[in-house]
Amino acid sequence: MSEPRAPLRHDVPLLLHRHFRFQWEPSQECHVLLYPEGMVKLLGGSAEIMKRIDGKTTLSELIAALETAFPGVELRDEVLEFAEIAHAKGWITPGAE
Amino acid sequence: MSAIPTWLNLELTYRCPLHCAFCYNPIDYTQHSEELSTDAWRSVLRQARELGAVQLGLSGGEPLQRDDLEDIVAEARSLGYYVNLITSGVGLNETRIAALKRAGLDHIQLSFQDSTQSLNDFVSSTRSFELKLRMARLIKQHDYPMVMNVVLHRLNIDHVGDILAMAEALAADHLELANTQYYGWAFQNREQLLPSHEQVARAEQAVTEFRARNSRLKVYFVVPDYHATRPKRCVNGWGTTFLNIAPDGLALPCHEARMLPGLNFPNVRDHELGWIWRESDAFNRYRGTAWMKEPCRSCPEREKDLGGCRCQAYLLTGDATSADPVCELSPHHSLVTEAVRAVTSKRSLPLSPMSFRNDENSRRLVFPERQG
Repeated sequence: MSEPRAPLRHDVPLLLHRHFRFQWEPSQECHVLLYPEGMVKLLGGSAEIMKRIDGKTTLSELIAALETAFPGVELRDEVLEFAEIAHAKGWITPGAE
Repeated sequence: MSAIPTWLNLELTYRCPLHCAFCYNPIDYTQHSEELSTDAWRSVLRQARELGAVQLGLSGGEPLQRDDLEDIVAEARSLGYYVNLITSGVGLNETRIAALKRAGLDHIQLSFQDSTQSLNDFVSSTRSFELKLRMARLIKQHDYPMVMNVVLHRLNIDHVGDILAMAEALAADHLELANTQYYGWAFQNREQLLPSHEQVARAEQAVTEFRARNSRLKVYFVVPDYHATRPKRCVNGWGTTFLNIAPDGLALPCHEARMLPGLNFPNVRDHELGWIWRESDAFNRYRGTAWMKEPCRSCPEREKDLGGCRCQAYLLTGDATSADPVCELSPHHSLVTEAVRAVTSKRSLPLSPMSFRNDENSRRLVFPERQG
């Protein structure tokens, strides 16, 4: 989770880093991201993004998929902002499954 | 929404090959040695998961002393927990670390007592330093995230620069510089372990400088209670987040609460966990703010710190409903400032011997009259 990071590219698949786990928690009624001795709740839009990070989908494809799923909503900036944060925190990395 | 015990900690055993002078296990741990069975731990895992527990700590004592650790990890992982092993590294080897990985262990927190062999081995009263170095490398070879934990005190806090370098060299992902909290064995040895204000300030400065040149290794350093002017929420608030199960099945809102008088802590052998968490008198006693007396009751900060730590209040004032004496608004605050002043004014180490955590000392401290 701590290798130096290259800039985030839009044309390569994104993968959840193997040291993190993303799952639905019924008791909290939200998705969470789990890591050593810690947890963050991912609500609404951020959970929709994380669901699509599967080692196959690129960032460009992810934006297109979300715009199809939520028509009429301008999502691009929000997705890019979240992806940059998730990348900086080491949650997501470029790489195929 | 009512409180969810998102953090479940299982103290699988009080047995431990180390004898650390700052151990947070109870002084009388030898009186609570009857451990839960594998099936009983499995049942605890299932019940707690239903209550919403998701982060799981497996600690002790030394959890590797249990030869069913792999089975417990496998059950936990299949239930959806994120499984953290909190270990000294003693008892770990190639076979077990691979088996734990297969069972689904997510992360290993490895403790060191210092950056030097001599002090590590002195404070833990064992020869464990070289083994810990080997275990740190093994953990990374097996691709676990690794949190390195070092408990800080008067004898090692001046080595923080070297400890940071060691964590960097061993490729730790996080370093927890855990200032000693004065309960249990650490309270017995407070005079020998409490650092001065100057030592704490220098350590904090070393951490600040390290963070400025290394953003890869995450370092946790929290100003210790005795050197602060406000208390901290204990385990994020009594009965709000944290649920600890002791080796004998006692359910506790924090590691230390067993020592509090007048509380009948429930045991998972006798009660369902849902009842324990929601209904039992012990888990409701210090929930929220209704139990408070002055100066906490009318304090504008009462919701922020919830009066601090009940165990610290009891240990220092004899009354668990007092304000935590760490708070400068507490009428007992001088108990803390005097303790720090006493160690700061001393130039050399005190002469009284350290009470290392071991079975003999445990029995001696519980039954002083039986010793010659």
